[in-house]
Amino acid sequence: MDKYRCEVCNYVYDPALGDPDSGVPAGTPFEKLPDDWVCPVCGADKSQFVKEG
Amino acid sequence: MKPYEIKKGIYWVGVVDWNVRTFHGHTYTTKRGTTYNAYLIIDDKITLVDTVYGPFADEMLEKIAHIVPAEKIDYIIANHVETDHSGALPALMRRCPGAKVFGTEKCRDGLYKNYYGKWEFKTVKTGDTLSLGRRSLSFIEAPMIHWPDSMFTYCPQEKLLLPNDAFGQHYATSERFDDEVDNSILMEEATKYYANILWPLGSVIARKIEEVKKLNIPIDMIAPSHGIIWRKDPFKIIDAYVQWAGNTTKEKVAVVYETMWGATEKMARRMAEGIIDAGVGVTLFDVNLSDRTEIISEMLDTKGFLFGSSTHDNDMLPGMAGFLEFLKGLKAKNRIASAFGSYGWGGGATQEIEKVLLESGIAVTQPPLSVKYMPDENELTRCYEFGTAFAQAVKKGGSDGSR
Ligand SMILES: Cc1cc2nc3c(=O)[nH]c(=O)nc-3n(C[C@H](O)[C@H](O)[C@H](O)COP(=O)(O)O)c2cc1C
Ligand SMILES: [Fe+2]
Ligand SMILES: [Fe+2]
Repeated sequence: MDKYRCEVCNYVYDPALGDPDSGVPAGTPFEKLPDDWVCPVCGADKSQFVKEG
Repeated sequence: MKPYEIKKGIYWVGVVDWNVRTFHGHTYTTKRGTTYNAYLIIDDKITLVDTVYGPFADEMLEKIAHIVPAEKIDYIIANHVETDHSGALPALMRRCPGAKVFGTEKCRDGLYKNYYGKWEFKTVKTGDTLSLGRRSLSFIEAPMIHWPDSMFTYCPQEKLLLPNDAFGQHYATSERFDDEVDNSILMEEATKYYANILWPLGSVIARKIEEVKKLNIPIDMIAPSHGIIWRKDPFKIIDAYVQWAGNTTKEKVAVVYETMWGATEKMARRMAEGIIDAGVGVTLFDVNLSDRTEIISEMLDTKGFLFGSSTHDNDMLPGMAGFLEFLKGLKAKNRIASAFGSYGWGGGATQEIEKVLLESGIAVTQPPLSVKYMPDENELTRCYEFGTAFAQAVKKGGSDGSR
């Protein structure tokens, strides 16, 4: 599963960790995040994320 | 006023804004004013680290002129786009149009979108260094501490960290150093600053401090962009940031409420008695009479929050709504809360409070307590017990589902 980086603040979404604070369990791939999910650090939406690597 | 030499050949050329009383518009009260700190490094390359708020540009230029003509400045380090530190750039660049500006890529874009200046800008990244002659500067990108463009500058030869807005305080003084001022006021202002500006960014801050610690760079002075410079014990403020970023809390409760005719206030006061008798500390705030900036500061290390409002047009009162909206943005972690209030017929305030708490990720540990009109003795006893039960939950560390 790919990691994705927020282009606004450089936060990295790691599917292995998920985003438990927003109710996203570990193991959730980026593609499966809800459409209204936002960067937990700066609030940017999914379209601001780019694939890492 | 003469410029202030903070290290041999490095001068504070900032300004003291004695009279500013609100900051970031009206989101932050600055009862002690603030300072905008800019630092001039005299070396083969004359370098200015950050500037000041635009209206104070002339005062900064005057201070610089005491040391060296502004035209001689070769390099300008822009650690942060925000106008309280970049506002004097246009005036400065008119004086030294050939100077090179250094900052992150987002800083370049942000400065352009603020001033539309055509300045020579050199983008830097974490690990890049810039030689000034005898000294050098290295850069550490610090996105979201507290804007996407933010960066720290470090001078290894001087063991000097220039972290811009991190570790700052809104505190206007004639003194410049931590060992020259009352440290309880200094920490009060540093706490307020963290709570109101940096609280939501705790996880980024914790990671950045780890990253900087791993670099193993010696630091004997931290010179932020607002307030006092840390030289006596720079790790005091780093350690405080680690605690705050880790959401470490004390066993205490903040009761914040809004009332029209005093019924909800009666409830709040009796709850406070129950909390105190259970051995837990409490602070009571009428949300409209208290200063929000100071309430938030008190809440930073407080485990439990009780929010009260009477019902007004089926909703909570507007002062409380505004307060909770601000609190939501702070993304407080590891806290517990409950709601209470008086009502006349249909009620609704406590449900609305709980809705915002749910959106804020703050765990509600007990059902709300609502009372019709004025509480009688029985109802006041229930308020007392509500307080006691909440104090018990705080003592248990809110192990019932808070995060
Ligand atoms: C403390 C603080 C927090 C901010 N948070 C955000 C944010 O979350 N998202 C955003 O897009 N801009 C954010 N901004 C940037 C402002 O929206 C931006 O500076 C804007 O140009 C200010 O416009 P104004 O001069 O009308 O207030 C923030 C600014 C400050 C000072
Ligand atoms: Fe800032
Ligand atoms: Fe600032």
